[in-house]
This record gives sequence, C-alpha cells and structure tokens, in this order.
Amino acid sequence: MTFAPVHASRPAFRLDLSWPILIASALVLCALILAPLGWLAYFSLVDRAGDFTLGNFRQLVSTPAFVEPLITTVVLSVSASFICCVVAAPLAWLVARTDMPLRGAIRALMTASFVTPPFLGAIAWELLAAPNSGLLNQTYRTLTGAASDEHLFNIYSLTGLIFVTSCYTAPYVFVLVANALERIPADLEDASAILGGRTWTTARRVTVPLALPALLAGALVAFLQSMTLFGAPAILALPAGFHTMTTKIWSLFQYPPKPELAAAASLPLLVLTVLLLRGQHVILGRRSYAVVGGRQGDARITGLGAWKWAALGFSLLILLNPVFLPYGALLNAAFSRVPSQLIGFGNLTLHNFEFVFFELSATRLAFRNTLILCTLAATIGTVIALVVAYLTSRQAIAFHRALGFLATAPVAVPGIVLGVGLFLTYTRPPFVLYGTLWILLIAFVTIAMPAAYQQLQSAFRSVSPDLEEASRILGATRIRTLARVTAPLLRTSVIATWCFIFVGVIRELSAAIMLFTSETKVISVLIFDLNESGDLGAIAVLGLIMLVFTIAVVALVNRIPGFGAGVRLRNN
Amino acid sequence: MPRRLSRRKLLLSTGAFAATAFASPIRAAPPEPSQITPQLVEAARREGKVVWYTSIDLPVAEKIAKSFEAKFPGITTRVERTGAERVFQRIGQEYASRIYAVDVVNSSDAAHFIVWKRDGLLAPYVPEDVARFYPPEHKDPDGMFASFRVWLSVIAYNTNLVKAEDAPRSFADLLDPKWAGKIVKGHPGYSGTIMTATYQMARDLGWDYFEKLAKQRVMQVQSSADPPKKLALGERAVMADGNEYNIFVMKEQGQPVEVVYPSEGAPLIVGPNGLFKNAPNPNAARLFQSYCFGVEAQQFIIDTGGLRSMHPGTTEKPGRKPFREIKTMRDDPAGVDKTADDIKARYAQIFRV
Repeated sequence: MTFAPVHASRPAFRLDLSWPILIASALVLCALILAPLGWLAYFSLVDRAGDFTLGNFRQLVSTPAFVEPLITTVVLSVSASFICCVVAAPLAWLVARTDMPLRGAIRALMTASFVTPPFLGAIAWELLAAPNSGLLNQTYRTLTGAASDEHLFNIYSLTGLIFVTSCYTAPYVFVLVANALERIPADLEDASAILGGRTWTTARRVTVPLALPALLAGALVAFLQSMTLFGAPAILALPAGFHTMTTKIWSLFQYPPKPELAAAASLPLLVLTVLLLRGQHVILGRRSYAVVGGRQGDARITGLGAWKWAALGFSLLILLNPVFLPYGALLNAAFSRVPSQLIGFGNLTLHNFEFVFFELSATRLAFRNTLILCTLAATIGTVIALVVAYLTSRQAIAFHRALGFLATAPVAVPGIVLGVGLFLTYTRPPFVLYGTLWILLIAFVTIAMPAAYQQLQSAFRSVSPDLEEASRILGATRIRTLARVTAPLLRTSVIATWCFIFVGVIRELSAAIMLFTSETKVISVLIFDLNESGDLGAIAVLGLIMLVFTIAVVALVNRIPGFGAGVRLRNN
Repeated sequence: MPRRLSRRKLLLSTGAFAATAFASPIRAAPPEPSQITPQLVEAARREGKVVWYTSIDLPVAEKIAKSFEAKFPGITTRVERTGAERVFQRIGQEYASRIYAVDVVNSSDAAHFIVWKRDGLLAPYVPEDVARFYPPEHKDPDGMFASFRVWLSVIAYNTNLVKAEDAPRSFADLLDPKWAGKIVKGHPGYSGTIMTATYQMARDLGWDYFEKLAKQRVMQVQSSADPPKKLALGERAVMADGNEYNIFVMKEQGQPVEVVYPSEGAPLIVGPNGLFKNAPNPNAARLFQSYCFGVEAQQFIIDTGGLRSMHPGTTEKPGRKPFREIKTMRDDPAGVDKTADDIKARYAQIFRV
C-alpha cells in the first residue's frame, strides 16, 4: 500500500492585501474630508489680505445678522428632530412589528417620501399652503366663506419650514428604526415572555433598549440633516424674510464673495455636531447591542386586533403630509395652466411637458449628469463606508476612532460650505477638477459619507464579531472575511446604503449649487433655478419624472439576482 | 467700496487674470460692421453650437434660442438662464478657473458690461444692424456690446384681487397700510433688473423709501420674473418691482394681471448682449449676435417676449403702452457699477434677507 503525497491545497505564501487596502481607504477619506476642511479652517482665520485674524469670529458673535440665523437653525433642527422621532418611530414599529394591513404599501410610500428632495417637497408645499394661492387655503376659504386674505396655513414661516423639514427628514428615522426592530430576533422577547414579562415589560426592558441605538442615530441624523438643509429654507424662509445658517452662508457667496466669514460661520455648526456625537457615544457607550448571532429567529409580530384599522388610519394620515398632498399638488401643477388652480376642462394642458422636453435646452444634459453622478457616488461611497465602518466597529487599526470622526465630520459642514472648500481645493494645481463631474462626485461622496457610515456602522454593531473571528481562525484574511462573511450578513444594509447615497445625491442641492458649471448641471440645480424665476409647472414635471426614475432604480437594485435574492428586502 | 477693487482682488487672489486684466489696449474706434455672410454661417455650422448665458425669463430665452435654431439649422443653442447677478458671479468663477464655456452673454445689469470690458474679457464685434440703426447711447463706442433688449421694472396687480380704481398709482401708494402683507418684490442680490431698479429708486426716492416699504411685510422672491408669476397665482395682490415684459405676456394669455407705471417714473432697464474673447464657438457667437440684433429677432422679442427694442425698424405691439409715452427713471450703469456692493449690503440690512 502506498500513500500518495499530500499536496498542499494552498500556496505556502500568500500576500495579505488587507493592510494596504485598509490604509488606502483611510487615506482616501482623509483626502476627501481633510482637504476642504483644512481650507475652510484656514479661511476662517485669515483676513482679506491673508494675515492671521480672529476678526471673522468677532464679527460673527457681535452681529445680530449672524446670531439670529444660528438660533433659528437650532430651533429648526431640535423641533424637526423631535417631530421625526415622535412620528416616525411609532410608524416604524407598526410597519415592522405588527399585523397592520397594507404594511408593504406604507413602507413603499415612506420610500417615496424619502426619495423626494426636500426642496421639491418645499415647492409642493408652497403650492398647497402658500397663504393666498395655496390649494389648501383656497379650499378652506371656499368651505368657510372666509375673506380673501384669510388663511389657515402659512408655509412661509418658521413653523412651515419646521413642518416641511420634518416631512422629508422623518424617513431617515423611520428606516433606521424599522430595520433595527426587524433585526431583533423573537428569542430575546420570547425569553422575556417566558420569564413572566408582560407585553409592556418586554417592550420596555428588551425591545426599546435594543432599538435605542437606531432611534438615537435617527434623531442625530434628523438633527444634522435639518441643520445643514439648504433648499427648503432658501425656498420658504427667504420669502418670509428670515435666514437659517445655511441660507446666510449662501448669501455670503453672493458677489462679492466673503468665504472667510462663511468659513467662520460654519464652525458653530461643527462644534454642535461634535458635542452631539459625544453625547451619543456616552449614551450608547458601554452596552452591547449584538442581536445577529449564529442562530437567528424572525422578528415577532404583535397582533393589534381591531386596533389595526386605527393604526392604518394613523399611518395614512401621516403619509398625507410628505406624499399624498405634495404629489397631488405637483401632478395638478404639471397639467394645469395655472399651478394654483385645480385642473378642469378649461385649464388642462400638456404645455409644461412640451416645455421641459422640447424647449428647455438643459433638460437632457442635467438628467445625464445626474444619472452618472448618482450611480458612481453610490457605488464608491458604499465601498468606502463599508470599509470604514468595518475598521471602526471592529477596531481593526489604530486611530479607528479618528477615522470614525472623519467619516462623520462632513455632516457638520453645510453642503454649501463644503462646496466652497472643494472649490478652493480643486480650482488650483495639482488637482484642477472644477468644471468636471469629478468635483461633484467628490462632493457627493463626502456628503453621503456620514449617513452611509452611520447606517453601516450600526449594522456592524448588531452583527456579533464571533462569526468573523471564526472565519479568521479558519485562515481567511480580513478582506476575505469582510467579503465572504460580514458583507453577506449585512447584505440588506449594503443595498440600503447604496440606495441611501443614490437618493441622497438626487436630493443634494447645496454643494452642487456652488460647484456646477453650465456643462455639469444636475437636476436639483435646474429645479432650483426654475424656482427662482417661478416656473412651477416645469418644476412639477421635472420633479415627477425624477420621482419615477428614482423609484425605478431603487426597485431595480433591490431585485439584482444574487444580491438580494432569497432575502426579504427590508431596507429600501 | 467700488466694485472694481473687490473684483480685482478676487481675480488676483485666484491668480488667473493677473496677466490679462490690464493688457487690453483701449480702442479708439469700433471695428467695421459685420454682415451675416455664407462663410460665417458655414463656420458657425462647423462649430455646431452656441452657449448663451442670459437672465431673460427662461421661456422667453428658450423661444429666442429656438427661433435662432429654426433660422440656422445645425446650430444648437444652449441657454444658461439664471439671475443676472448670479450670471456675473458664475462667469467670474468660471473664468478664474480658466473655464471658458460662455459664448454670448446677456445681462439685465448693464453695469456688468463695464466690468467685463474693463477686465478685457469681451471681444469687439458690431453687427451691421447695430452700426446702422442703433442710437449711440445703446451701443458701446468700442463695439463690445449693444442693447439687445430694453424694458421697465413696474408696479403691477392681480385684477381678481384688486379693482382698477383701488390699484396703486405710485411707489408712494405702496406704503399705504392697506397693502401690508400683500406685496411681493424681487431681490437685487440675484436679479440685475432689481439691482438696477433699486439703484434708480434709491437715487430718486431715497433709501428711507425702502425702509418704509420693508415695514409692509413684503414677500421677498429672487428673480424679477417671479413677482409677476406670484401675482398670476394670486399669491400676492401687488408687486413693487418686476418685469414689465412678463406682465405683458401673461396679460395677453388671459391671466389676471395689469401693469401700473408709477407716477415717480418706472426704473429703466437695459440688457446688452456681448461676445466673450475666449468664446469656445466664436463664429456661432458672431452669427448669434448678428441674428439677435436683426429686425426679425428684435420684432420677435417684442411680439412673443413683451420686451422693448431700440431697433427703429420694429413696431410696438398694439395694446401695450408705447415706450415714449412712459415716464421712466434715468438709467446709469456707471452709477450701478460704483455702488452695487453697497446697495446689496444696505438692502440686506433693511429687508433682513
């Protein structure tokens, strides 16, 4: 009997590419974020002649024209964040954990509100609730016979702005909380029930604490989104005669531009964000939230009984605000001769479509640019966010905390200021990118990074490292483990992140408005331009096309074979 | 501070124009007038497109572009439309990065042409019609630009909300408490029309007029094309400033708007067209410029755009008040050039946005 020699199934030496890739990702992140922030920091500390000064900050704190917008912004962000949590968290629970009818439809409609850019929502709400021409106010006057200058709603007010901001920020909270709730396996709650915990005890002691990180992350994202929002305030606050920080900063770039003041003005926002992130860390710091282990049960569904119809009513009532009413108003405006009149035989027209498709010379270019940028930014952004979230949540390299901060930092920088930072960085050698799509791509990836990172990081936090350690013990490299074990476990989160960024790019206006040139115009800028000259019919048409287009792409991505196959798709 | 200083500083700080800013020699006489020759058309067609930065209300601008394309097939016209102050900022920003995208520019703030000319950015070109027919005050002596369009910033009202006998007749009337919360107006930081109008009104009526107007809870929009549209929607009853030409077009479409020429005089707005020296499509740019000043295009902007023309070969549209019968304020681009930054700062202080 002879023994065949045993051949090694693996080569004796294999290059582990993990470290170079990890380091490269870290460097990319530094370049994306540190370069523009560095320029901003520099500009905030120099005067016109380039000499060191603290005068910019002195001017900031001593001028009411700066202090008032700052207060307005804080009020706006706190209110919007609070409203989002109060409204979106119950809705997420109803959709994720109860037997409420039409749950799938409600979720899809929340998606529709998420893909709606806030500036488009703001314009739609102008059509609905402008004090005199708003459709709702007209209806109110018709019903009650009130005088022609009385109104029920005035969207041109701080309340109106808070309302619209909440409408289009709530989906962030909704998605995060719904996903977290679905990830909580029945075992834990069953264990609580078996040990004698009643429904409310289980909810209080098990479910809520496990969903808390997602709710806090949602509140944080909502706060920061509201704080850095530019389009909605520009559309609603300026007619009302007040500024938020972002519109104030934007006005500083009117000719003659004052970048040094704008840079200084963005610092309070940065400080606020850092404090909030610290706060989140302190609250979540020491607990473990790993809910996805080797074995997993499905989420438990609560039966609502007859209450389920009330729950459905509540959900639909909420969806009235970000979806039904605004899109109704946009549809009406798209086909109506006068946007503020309801369609009838007298004023039905296809003129707006004709204008957008055959007269408006920027339409095709803007659509092409937007599509290219969305796809590239989503893909590149997801990859970077995945790697960074992995590095920080697994504490894989030294300085991982700094890396996490870097990935979150752009959220504190209003897009418009980031736009200027990028403008200053990439209009001079060695990298002259202004005038190309690259500069917009960099901006969009940078802006999307915090949300993408937060989402993937909270997903990583809920996947127990045991599985990865098993893979590593069996000889796989870090990258291989990430690709073969962790990423598939996070599949839905990865798809969600891709869609997050894709949609985020379509929503993005504030950096684009600083960085576009005539050749690199995107749809959001086109719509903003149209709004400034009041061409509401054309905006309605563009907005509707954009919505259909976005939903088609998101649906398509969720059906890529092998990527989402076999998994219930929950994160769109 | 004069606009020139801050602009020069901007350019120097970005380092792009230090060499060219003052290199352009002062011309003694305009170049010879140019006709539309078959050679020019052929050269333009080879370039295939022309990029026009303008602040004309978008539907009107796109119609002008389409009429050009219809007359000269094979040359696509891309309209880049935004407020004149932003067109100005945009070109400055692009040129500082050596991005030469614009062929022809049209601004509703005539002072911009003073700056562009001073910086040596414009190319001399005189269409035949301009040389032969245009009055001297509507063409640059060095042939760098000429008045493509003229119009007024006016008061107007929604006829469903305001009866003709109750309508304001003057700027002073707008200070009546009964108009509080019912007025809409444009913004000089965005719109060249409103910048020009604000200059003339501040000069003739004084800044305290604006201080009183601001107390009327004015709805502040950006473009001078927007107040007419807010009127037509019924969102506000009266506009304190905005484009006369939008009101004409809307009224003729049957929308409930009516123009008022204020008794103090309506601010006079001039929107010149000029060619850039670094135009990427120089021949198409010349052809477009010649087309724009021809009697056909000028009649077109009157008929479909509601604008006024300085071409004596055109006729005014019946039903609109003839230009010479209207009391206007005096336009003064040089004055705007000197005080534009101050106007923006002061306006922001008074209206808080």
